[in-house]
Amino acid sequence: MSEHEELSGLDDLDNRIRAAREREMVATESGSGRRQSSSGIALGMRVSIEFVAGVAVGVGLGWGLDLFFGTKPVLMVVFLLLGGGAGVMNAYRAAKGLDATVGLGAAQRRQARRAKDS
Amino acid sequence: MANPIEQFKIKPIIPLEVAGVDVSFTNSAVMMVISVVLITAFLTLSVRSRALVPGRWQSLAEVFYEFIAGMLRDNVGQAGRKYFPFIFSLFMFVLFGNLLGMIPGAFTYTSHVIVTFGMAIVVFTGVTIIGFARHGTHFLRMFFPEGAPIATAVILVPIEVISYFSRPFSLAVRLFANMTVGHIILKVMGGFVVSLGAFYVLPGIVPFAFLGAITVLEFGIALLQAYVFTILSCIYLHDAIHMH
Repeated sequence: MSEHEELSGLDDLDNRIRAAREREMVATESGSGRRQSSSGIALGMRVSIEFVAGVAVGVGLGWGLDLFFGTKPVLMVVFLLLGGGAGVMNAYRAAKGLDATVGLGAAQRRQARRAKDS
Repeated sequence: MANPIEQFKIKPIIPLEVAGVDVSFTNSAVMMVISVVLITAFLTLSVRSRALVPGRWQSLAEVFYEFIAGMLRDNVGQAGRKYFPFIFSLFMFVLFGNLLGMIPGAFTYTSHVIVTFGMAIVVFTGVTIIGFARHGTHFLRMFFPEGAPIATAVILVPIEVISYFSRPFSLAVRLFANMTVGHIILKVMGGFVVSLGAFYVLPGIVPFAFLGAITVLEFGIALLQAYVFTILSCIYLHDAIHMH
């Protein structure tokens, strides 16, 4: 008798677990992309790294393309400027607390939507 | 030993050379092997009993598992489940590298930019391949913001592309810089304790107290940087899988 009760209790638990799991499946279908909070020094470090990385990658890409097309030094100059733009964009995103996904506009829209939700 | 940079020196333990390339087994490699062995031992031995009510070690292993599983679920969603083994290994490797480096005299392999860059470039290439495999050339549309005038593509697309390529660099440099700076500060502070405390006991206490506080902070940074490295990998994976 008591064993039977226990079994039905387990059954009930099983159902509840399944229901909770399904709810979670729906809620996390595509991942909400929570943002991380960070301290001042961590943010400062991150902003500077993001900016420098943008410029460095821009110069590197330009240099590589120059080597490939034999157009030294035109593309390096162009990509230095573009890299500066990318660096500023990265730093802006880090400072604004936008998520790290590709596309500034999409990240801004997502943040606005989140702000409206909460 | 007073040199604060000396702790990052790579020393070959078993000198090896293959086709003129130096592939010696170094102190960095020793620490990597130790950390992999420790991770494997920790995870296999702790869950060996497979108890329904976990013991001390098993619950520790479960905490790690659930932490990463939750991170993946929140940041990538259900489609990210199959990448769990990779993300989990990445997290454990970085975490153990950071924490083992906190043992006095141990070598911190995450304080070398080539190690962190190697991991970052694996994440970056993997994510890019996943993106192309799932979406084909449609994946490239991500680089042009929706609704922007088509004439601005000349500037916007290269900027987004450069920003995309700068990801492995910022990922690698963030981990490497945090670990290197922390260890240099620890060494310099330790030097102060010795040089001041050798002559006057009282002034030696001040840097010693500081050293204690910074050591605690360093443990926090070791945990935090492993977390940041993993969560950024998850966010990049989310991009490749969902494209918003």
